[in-house]
Amino acid sequence: MSTQGNANPNSSVNNYSMSSTQNGGGAAPCQNGPGQMYPAMYTASSYYSSAPPAAYPTVAGHSAPPTGKTPVSSTGYSGNYYQSSSGLSPYPAPGTHQYSNAPGQSFQQTAPYAMPAGYYGQVYSHPSQGQTQPQPQQLQPNLMPASSGSNLGAPLYPIVSYPSAPGSSQYGTLRSSQTTAGQPPVSTVMPPPPTQSSLQQYSQGIGATPTPAQPGYGAPPLSQAATVNGQSNAVQQHYDQNLHNPMSHHYAAGPPNSQGPDKERPPSGTPGTSVHSSPQHHPGLLYGDRGVNNAISSAAGDHSSSSSDHEEEDEEDEEADLAAPPAGVPAKQAPPFGYNYPTMHPAYQQNPAPKPNPSPSHGGYNPPGYQPYSQPFPSLSELSSALGGLGGVSELEAETLRPVNLLQERNILPPKRAPPPEPNLSNDLRKVNCSPDTFRCTLTNIPQTQALLNKARLPLGLLLHPFRDLTQLPVITSNTIVRCRSCRTYINPFVSFLDQRRWKCNLCYRVNDVPDEFMYNPVTRSYGEPHKRPEVQNSTVEFIASSDYMLRPPQPAVYLFLLDVSHNAVESGYLNVFCQSLLDNLEKLPGDTRTHIGFVTFDSTVHFYNLQEGLSQPQMLVVSDIDDVFIPTHDSLLVNLKESKELVKDLLNALPGMFTHTRETQSALGPALQAAYKLMSPTGGRVTVFQTQLPTLGAGLLQSREDPNLRSSTKNVLHLGPATDFYKKLALDCSGQQIGVDLFLLSSQYSDLASLACVSKYSAGSVFYYPSFHHIHNTAQKQKFQKDLQRYLTRKIGFEAVMRIRCTKGLSIHTFHGNFFVRSTDLLSLANVNPDSGFAVQMSIEESLADTSLACFQAALLYTSSKGKRRIRVHTLCLPVVSQLSEVFAGADIQAISCLLANMAIDRSISSSLSDARDALVNAVVDCLTAYRANGSNIQPSGLIAPAALRLFPLYVLALLKQKALRTGTSTRLDERVFSMCELKSQPLQQIMRMVHPDLYRIDNMTEQAALHLNDSVIPQPPLLQLTAEKLTREGAFLLDCGSVMYLWVGKCCNETFIRDVLGFQNYASLPSNMTEIPELQTTYSERTRAFISWLLESRTFLPAFHVVKDDASTKTSFFQHLVEDRTESAFSYYEFLLHIQQQMSK
Amino acid sequence: MAFTFAAFCYMLALLLTAALIFFAIWHIIAFDELKTDYKNPIDQCNTLNPTVDRVKKIKRVRLALKLVLPEYLIHVFFCVMFLCATEWLTLGLNIPLLAYHIWRYMSRPVMSGPGLYDPTTIMNADILAYCQKEGWCKLAFYLLSFFYYLYGMIYVLVSS
Repeated sequence: MSTQGNANPNSSVNNYSMSSTQNGGGAAPCQNGPGQMYPAMYTASSYYSSAPPAAYPTVAGHSAPPTGKTPVSSTGYSGNYYQSSSGLSPYPAPGTHQYSNAPGQSFQQTAPYAMPAGYYGQVYSHPSQGQTQPQPQQLQPNLMPASSGSNLGAPLYPIVSYPSAPGSSQYGTLRSSQTTAGQPPVSTVMPPPPTQSSLQQYSQGIGATPTPAQPGYGAPPLSQAATVNGQSNAVQQHYDQNLHNPMSHHYAAGPPNSQGPDKERPPSGTPGTSVHSSPQHHPGLLYGDRGVNNAISSAAGDHSSSSSDHEEEDEEDEEADLAAPPAGVPAKQAPPFGYNYPTMHPAYQQNPAPKPNPSPSHGGYNPPGYQPYSQPFPSLSELSSALGGLGGVSELEAETLRPVNLLQERNILPPKRAPPPEPNLSNDLRKVNCSPDTFRCTLTNIPQTQALLNKARLPLGLLLHPFRDLTQLPVITSNTIVRCRSCRTYINPFVSFLDQRRWKCNLCYRVNDVPDEFMYNPVTRSYGEPHKRPEVQNSTVEFIASSDYMLRPPQPAVYLFLLDVSHNAVESGYLNVFCQSLLDNLEKLPGDTRTHIGFVTFDSTVHFYNLQEGLSQPQMLVVSDIDDVFIPTHDSLLVNLKESKELVKDLLNALPGMFTHTRETQSALGPALQAAYKLMSPTGGRVTVFQTQLPTLGAGLLQSREDPNLRSSTKNVLHLGPATDFYKKLALDCSGQQIGVDLFLLSSQYSDLASLACVSKYSAGSVFYYPSFHHIHNTAQKQKFQKDLQRYLTRKIGFEAVMRIRCTKGLSIHTFHGNFFVRSTDLLSLANVNPDSGFAVQMSIEESLADTSLACFQAALLYTSSKGKRRIRVHTLCLPVVSQLSEVFAGADIQAISCLLANMAIDRSISSSLSDARDALVNAVVDCLTAYRANGSNIQPSGLIAPAALRLFPLYVLALLKQKALRTGTSTRLDERVFSMCELKSQPLQQIMRMVHPDLYRIDNMTEQAALHLNDSVIPQPPLLQLTAEKLTREGAFLLDCGSVMYLWVGKCCNETFIRDVLGFQNYASLPSNMTEIPELQTTYSERTRAFISWLLESRTFLPAFHVVKDDASTKTSFFQHLVEDRTESAFSYYEFLLHIQQQMSK
Repeated sequence: MAFTFAAFCYMLALLLTAALIFFAIWHIIAFDELKTDYKNPIDQCNTLNPTVDRVKKIKRVRLALKLVLPEYLIHVFFCVMFLCATEWLTLGLNIPLLAYHIWRYMSRPVMSGPGLYDPTTIMNADILAYCQKEGWCKLAFYLLSFFYYLYGMIYVLVSS
């Protein structure tokens, strides 16, 4: 086999393809002038600087030593900073010059650069900082120790397992030269996005032995992106793309195809080398971008989603999207690798000690540690680190551990949504690590033992978004998928190669053989470099699975729509919206020629539609025996979409009219679901249920359980659990037959979602809820429904999926959260998997991890694509293991912790009671802060002290307590509460965070000063405001972004220009109270506002509903309920909550 | 030496306890299998819960199908026997377990059929660990009570 592969690399056996379009995304930020970026922060800083400084001095005393200060002040910038410098780096100018330029510009604009320092507790003098070049240099002396000090960490995280270690020495040399030159590690910039491109070139840059073939791999950004797509397409047999790209290598495909590109490769080879570094920088850019902008997915992702509303399974679309952005940076040659490094170093030096989110600086921190020996003039601290000063808490840990007195520090919100903390890993590992958008751990430093974990009183768990729409995904086709023989782990970047022929599993430590086929590297087309294979260079990969991974032939895409047509449903008018939406998207339903579709409607009877090809019109079959529902005819109820498209269209056109005069008010949902189950069970697929009322007939009928008088009771909330297990059992049956059920509930009265949702919960479906939906009276809901349907119908889907999560020996999975059925301790059965669902996993430490320095987690999702391909998507996350409590605190990822706690609280509120769950949440904060206080010896006893990494913990918990799901005392309808719970359990992290703690911006005075420049548009970057009415002014207009809904609050005295130019009305009085969109006006004011809003929406998959809220309108309560820092009748304000916690702690 | 009703009760209890020991062992094995991934929780719960329609489908281990409820019923049965035989001490020893069984059944998840275990939550590590612990505790209790009944039987036979 292998020999064949080697002899004929193009043989289809060794198909290999990669798509790394992230460059594409990266290109866009790259276009931003660095100068422009910076100012973004400027506003932020000034905003913060306005805070009363009274509190600071104390804090300053506690904060990091002088060295730490600089970083502190600049941390806020880190994201930007990196971005700008990295943005430049691909360009020709060698490091130093560039560097001085970049900051120069930015500093000129940002005279009050040090303001944030003030915010973070240091009184900082900054006159000199206004000057351009001197500044970095000035900083340098201070910073050197910091960076070298950070060497301490090096021995802690030996890169044992990293395959490309040989290159390290070279890297080290580079590095040292940089230090003297005062320049910068690419590596710093590029941490988690495991872009394959970055990897590739990185390894090349470092690699002691760059293979001749490798250059070919790298191509200029443009072609790189495209290439990659081309390659992935190739796998999917879209060869055409490759033709555009002379540079592309494409290993996929059978001999005929590969022949062509093969010939084309040589030319690409040469440019490849020189350009290599540029792709590498993009990820860096990206990262910076993410850090600053809180873009949820990679910039590439944002980008693509902006250019097209939805992404498709077929990489064709992706390609189309992605080929564009990089075009801006086409063939600019990046300086050779060594130069690039330098460019970025200053960046690192400026912020070795970031506060809560040390992402970029981490990068800086590690590399020196990585090769202390290679530094020509090791300083004292370097020596000590080389001598094994392992345990020392590094600068940045000191920063994340910096005690913050929550009672005194009012403005704790970072000016931008903070990026997740970076695991404290060696550079190489960090670079290949899984993207935090996909895979996140609550503790980025894994405690060694359960005892240590218990001491920290923080939950250990993972947050996963495994089927996320990715713009860059290496797809691998190979005959043998290399896995560990004992634990079945897929080979990943964190395994170690003992020699050429053997690798050691990083999860169970078994030594395995490298199969012959794996010896051949399709990327470099060379033999004997197993560690350069894409599987080993990327922590997110997708394999095309062979028949070993199938229990039956891959199923076709099958969609069944189950529509409520009772009087209530017809009255609400959803049928029209749905039919129209489906008609519009019929072509875009994911699937291939085998796609099947069917419709069932129900009121008190169940109606089937015969859509057999050849019929002149759809034929309706009514089954009125709902006690024992049967399928009237076995074929032709689910028909091939291609063959019967006309009939399907006829039906969709006719359907809304068919029931207009119905008098049937009953709903037999249960029997209809049973019918759907029977209809679908031979194939599996997706059932979409539209329900508008309580099921009242047949199996699964439900009674109203809600007592409206108790909606706002502060006592216990009842009926959060299901009333019957009918839906659960049905869901389990469905799950067994690979049927996923998605529920759309559009109802104005109580419909017992707690029971109904079970049908989706256990069949891995999703739940959508539109309270008081009406097509005329509630246009906002209608628009939301339309948008959601659009996304829902066209989004990617995976069938008959299972997901297994493996982790390093010693760790074990405790509980799963999300929509699925748990089939075994580490296996989730997902009848359907969609790109919008997230999962949470609670972990426990069963055995001590003392003998390992790294803990790894691997999530493998095996699914059938809508094209009938069996695929395995593998994500691997690697985290350091620590033995000190302080390090555990330093690595806490507060957003992930809050999400995991929310999931746990919801479980608790269902199994026990809501008040228990609320108490548990408060106790989580109290315990954790108590643990921190007990741990820290040098903390002043008064005040409420939290480590900087956890300073938002009380705020997020308070926000959780005020969520619909968990609040008490405020009138909340039971269905809305249950829906909120469903959302918290099944949404990905970013979405949950936006829901829990929305973003508030003032948008009437946005300036271009701080703006972000993407392509041709200018995107202003107003700072995040705290969620309190105190921040609102009558003169302003504020945007509140809650994820699934957005409010634009317009103050009474709002500036008339804003109302006129942005909202299109003469004055405040003429504003209607139910505006649901911003008109597209041709004024700059309007364009700027819309650019900002659409930038916020870029990474979203579901577009939020939009409401313009007038200060006096009745709708304003829905706006004000999101201001979680304020006091309500029944809930604490933030300050009160802090006092409450303090009181609890002193007990 | 006379064969009293009490002696009969003890003999019966002895035999039934032997059966309960078997059940307890089976219970432990079942959960262990579940934990170590040999069985699908749906099957598991179906064997553990006596849901009749599903039971038919499962070929494996017919005997153990009605496990939980029979165990409870057997236990209740000889508790009643001891009550009739006015063996207060023995009854007193069994009352805690009886109460536990009643509480356990009252607090079972929402379910249409009889049964105790919910396939969707059983994989939760806490629940799994709890069930296993429960199995071991019961096994120990039944073993001890087995010898106690043996002693009780002989004592009754001899004393009367």
